[in-house]
Amino acid sequence: MPATRNIGDVLLDVDGISISFGGVKALSDVSFDVREHEILAIIGPNGAGKSSMLNCINGFYHPQEGTITFKGKPRHQMQTHEAALQGIARTFQNIALFKGMSTLDNIMTGRNLKMKKNLFWQMLYFGPALKEELEHRAVVEEIIDFLEIEAIRKTPVGKLPYGLQKRVELGRALAAEPDLLLLDEPMAGMNIEEKQDMCRFILDVNDEFGTTIVLIEHDMSVVMDISDRVVVLDYGKKLAYGTPDEVRANQDVIDAYLGVAHE
Amino acid sequence: MFYREAGQFKTSYNKDQAVFPIIQDRWFIAAVIIGAYAVVPFAADEYWLQAVIIPFLILALAAIGLNLLTGYAGQVSLGTGAFMAVGAYACYKMTTNIPDLNVVVAFLISGVMAAAVGIVFGLPSLRIKGFYLAVATLAAQFFILWLFNKVGWFYNDNPSGTITAPPRELFGITITGPQATAEARYFVSLTFLVVGAIVAKNLVRGRIGRSWMAIRDMDIAAEIIGIRPLQTKLMAFAISSFYCGVAGALYIFVWLGSAETEAFDLLQVSFPILFMIIIGGLGSIMGSIMGAAFITLMPIFLTNFPPMIGIHLATDLQKHLEEIIFGGMIVAFLIVEPHGLARLWQIAKEKLRLWPFPY
Amino acid sequence: MEFLNAVFVAPFLDIADSPVFFAEVVIGGLMSGVMYSLVALGFVLIFKASGVFNYAQGAMVLFAALTLVGAMEKGAPLWLALLIALGVMVALAFAVERFMLRKLINQEGIILFMATIGLNFVLEGAGQIAFGSDVKRLDVGLPDNSFEVGGILFNTFDLSAAFIGAAMVTTLALFFQFTPMGRALRAVADDHQAALSVGIPLKTIWVVVWSVAGAVALVAGIMWGAKAGVQFSLVLIALKALPVLILGGFTSVPGAIVGGLIIGVGEKVAEVYWGPTFGGAIEGWFAYMLALAFLLFRPQGLFGEKIIERV
Ligand SMILES: Nc1ncnc2c1ncn2[C@@H]1O[C@H](COP(=O)(O)OP(=O)(O)OP(=O)(O)O)[C@@H](O)[C@H]1O
Ligand SMILES: [Mg+2]
Repeated sequence: MPATRNIGDVLLDVDGISISFGGVKALSDVSFDVREHEILAIIGPNGAGKSSMLNCINGFYHPQEGTITFKGKPRHQMQTHEAALQGIARTFQNIALFKGMSTLDNIMTGRNLKMKKNLFWQMLYFGPALKEELEHRAVVEEIIDFLEIEAIRKTPVGKLPYGLQKRVELGRALAAEPDLLLLDEPMAGMNIEEKQDMCRFILDVNDEFGTTIVLIEHDMSVVMDISDRVVVLDYGKKLAYGTPDEVRANQDVIDAYLGVAHE
Repeated sequence: MFYREAGQFKTSYNKDQAVFPIIQDRWFIAAVIIGAYAVVPFAADEYWLQAVIIPFLILALAAIGLNLLTGYAGQVSLGTGAFMAVGAYACYKMTTNIPDLNVVVAFLISGVMAAAVGIVFGLPSLRIKGFYLAVATLAAQFFILWLFNKVGWFYNDNPSGTITAPPRELFGITITGPQATAEARYFVSLTFLVVGAIVAKNLVRGRIGRSWMAIRDMDIAAEIIGIRPLQTKLMAFAISSFYCGVAGALYIFVWLGSAETEAFDLLQVSFPILFMIIIGGLGSIMGSIMGAAFITLMPIFLTNFPPMIGIHLATDLQKHLEEIIFGGMIVAFLIVEPHGLARLWQIAKEKLRLWPFPY
Repeated sequence: MEFLNAVFVAPFLDIADSPVFFAEVVIGGLMSGVMYSLVALGFVLIFKASGVFNYAQGAMVLFAALTLVGAMEKGAPLWLALLIALGVMVALAFAVERFMLRKLINQEGIILFMATIGLNFVLEGAGQIAFGSDVKRLDVGLPDNSFEVGGILFNTFDLSAAFIGAAMVTTLALFFQFTPMGRALRAVADDHQAALSVGIPLKTIWVVVWSVAGAVALVAGIMWGAKAGVQFSLVLIALKALPVLILGGFTSVPGAIVGGLIIGVGEKVAEVYWGPTFGGAIEGWFAYMLALAFLLFRPQGLFGEKIIERV
């Protein structure tokens, strides 16, 4: 199935990234690229540096060595909100929703960057501001329908079960209409059904909106199913890189990871 | 039976976004506002207006301001009194030096001045958080009051060191100074509160309010989805201080008439306003108003209640008893409903919606 | 120009001119610094163990001192009055745990903070109802004479106060280091779950820290009270302890002590040498501005751990 989509040019190029914290080398000399419309998975045992990789990509960490090129432009030090402006959105390993706000408001914040009306109109909540608000509300409602979370629209997210929170977080990232979507363990801690739903959403996003996705996942069967290519990290080093089949056949990977984690 | 949304299908997102989606709520609020304009000034006597209602209205405005900053944007401030003082002194300087300036314009410019000062003291909020920030705002509180006390320019070098509101008119009616009637001053403060509350509500349900709450709930995630922390926080400081500044100007001009810096003391003003928003409900505009009512009425109740049931206490004892009861009530309140009066009100409405059927 | 001179040049010339006077100012500052440290210490203990920012620490100082004076006025000898006051503070700790903390478990920091403001009012009111609100003299029999060493004037009372403060801190440090309870307390500060595994119930731990903080408050109350009389304004030193905490970090015992000393000295020196230029009474805000300036460079305080943000 993935073959039917037309994978495009390189969207993100990660070249020789290294970062360390104190003595811990979280990433050393990692290179790979992500092509338009593809789904790339990053796998590896705990502490391998997967989350750190995503943090580098969206500017939360600044790699000590190496360059990241996004949409053909090499990037140096930057603030995280700039990554958002360039079209990178993400979800977090430990859910980072705005606990005091409703599902609807959480997803609406995802559209903040697209809302332009100034303080004056905001104060009146009338005319252009109201029009803008309603336009964005309509988009958000589409996302809510898409993720099948209509029933919890007005519920404060702090009160939702874990699986739904993960879904809302995906919704918030989607609301930004990103070109590159980073998902940090979107299915961790879910039961089979929830995982299936989440897989479906991820594939649909990729299919319908053509969004490029980089995701971290521990569940091998999921990874092998949905990703076009896989990067395997171990102790901060790139162990393997290729299609799921290539990775599965790689002896290093079998020794270091699959042999142990996979039954 | 009569209070429910049954049959009121929302046909558009617009209606769903309304402040009070249920029609009975809208009637109720409309009735309260009309009552406030048409009934209260004639029903209440001079004493009630001056001693209770006007200060309540003005403090409620300041409480809304603080709630925008603390309840919505999550930045704890103990400097409310100082920001109010900036408004009051700015207004005094303007009205005394530019006698022709319309006093309402003066109130608004006072708010802008306070906003500017708020931005300055909000700058540290980028680096420091929580209680640390509270201490930074304490620096504002003590420094600003000291400055207004020490530098004669702020009170036009008058020997008493007090600022006094000059008489000013609006539509031919005196609204400040000793000649202003309690009714006139009541209408002015009421109007400021009503407009202030509506504007605040509009802000918090739109983009700006959401970015405040996002910063409050999880600043890192907010930044990652593109919200700029410094701008967002400074905007909260500015708008909050604007409200406080206007309230401070009103505090002197339409309530006290004249005052010194002590009128904006930490324990007399900043803390009580913080109590208002906590008891009323952090992150609730309605709650700020309810909290202001509660905190202004409480001492009056405590003073008048014992004599009503025939107990006469020495003033000293009375005062300390009030402290104990007040403190005890705060603790009890936090235990029973940490989300404040606004939440209690909501729960009551839920119950009412279901009545008379429990499910 | 004249102003710049008064700010940047003259004070330093004054200091160079008369180092002895400067030394006296510094020593005076250290003495009040010890007092600040004591109050800040109470804050730190409670914050470390229960995550509560205890605004009522100042009221506890007043309450403890009032109890002591009250007992002495009723004719109790000093040792008995001390025991009574200590007993009252322990009882208070039990009451706080039973009626407040236990019911507010898992609430956010700001809610707990607010609750302690409520407690503050209760203590203020109760203390003054029970023992009156006029200024009371407290004489605990510390000698109060001055003597000179190398031209610098010392005061025996201040020295004893500093000594007692130091002894108090050492005792606490030993308690934390070497007793099982102390170790458990440190564990709680790091991680509530870990503390439970030490086998001491959280409730007991809370009662103990609040009691210890009560004892610290009593000592602080005696010192301030003996110096300036026992009166309502003792409550306000709680506010002075805030910048101390900022400097020292909310969770660091040595931080509280060093922070207290820095604030004490800084404030005195600023008032004496720079105060006149600014029209005096800068003591009221100097400490906060100092803390604020400091925070901008080191947001975690002197000894606080660096805050690492992760996602
Ligand atoms: N901000 C930080 N400060 C210090 N060390 C860090 C930081 N971020 C990551 N590390 C360290 O870098 C290493 C890699 O961490 P990372 O979170 O990237 O691993 P991971 O592959 O996502 O693991 P997991 O599967 O547990 O999520 C770990 O040893 C971690 O402790
Ligand atoms: Mg991770």
